[in-house]
Amino acid sequence: MTFEQLAFYFLASVAVISAMMVITVRNPVRAALFLILTFFTVACIWMLLEAEFLAIVLVLVYVGAVMVLFLFVVMMLDVDIDQLREGFGEYLPIGATVAVIILLQLVIVLSSGPFEIDQMPAPAAASAEYGNTHQLGLLLYTYYVYPFELAAVLLLLAIVAAISLGLRGRVSSKKQKPDEQVRVRKKDRLRIVKMNAEKQD
Amino acid sequence: MIALSDYLILGAILFGISVAGIFLNRKNVIILLMSIELMLLAVNINFIAFSHYLNDLAGQVFVFFILTVAAAESAIGLAIIIVLFRRRNTINIQDLDSLKG
Repeated sequence: MTFEQLAFYFLASVAVISAMMVITVRNPVRAALFLILTFFTVACIWMLLEAEFLAIVLVLVYVGAVMVLFLFVVMMLDVDIDQLREGFGEYLPIGATVAVIILLQLVIVLSSGPFEIDQMPAPAAASAEYGNTHQLGLLLYTYYVYPFELAAVLLLLAIVAAISLGLRGRVSSKKQKPDEQVRVRKKDRLRIVKMNAEKQD
Repeated sequence: MIALSDYLILGAILFGISVAGIFLNRKNVIILLMSIELMLLAVNINFIAFSHYLNDLAGQVFVFFILTVAAAESAIGLAIIIVLFRRRNTINIQDLDSLKG
């Protein structure tokens, strides 16, 4: 068994075990931490597949940003865990059955031959000068430049949506309310007082 | 050498675990979001494995876009959860029945 195989099986088992922990632990904070472990392990597996750029992006974006956001939200919300856990065992049989059947079907198809090592041999390791980031950048800024810009627009959209959802209008802020301004009538603002004219002495 | 099917089966196992996670934690929206993230990760493993074995970088470009979409999705999802908690003081899916579905 080569070092590569040893590393793969070790990383794969860590990823599977920590993914199991994500869905079974009681505490959402622990689930988030196990999800971080899963992401990090999978990033290592992507390194084995010579996808260095995406492995680093996974660590930076997911572990660094998304999971911190998750942890932030989990810790900010005061959640009653016991209430959320009820019915956990109720759906365990059907959930496990469906998952096992899906897994079985996929394993049957995937190990049926065309993806084995003799049908699809592993490519030779890239030379030391080969840069995954360089090659990906060449592809991304030429053939995929429009999807790339669309992705940027999507991120902008996500920023705007997240901020506008989370924004709580400040009570003290002074702003116009055009609908009320338009709807206003004379009698709302003007009061005509009838009084006798006073005689000048 | 590691066969392509090993990577694909790893992706399949992670996918199955996240499907089970959606069934098990159907009351906790946060764990549901985490299961969806796990599912996307399983798909990404497949993309990168095929990209490596077929020697075609297009798979990695796809993973790049999937990561973008997943980050946007989780950011908006968490914002929705925060608004939900502020309005209803709960994130239990069972209590969110105002649409009478």
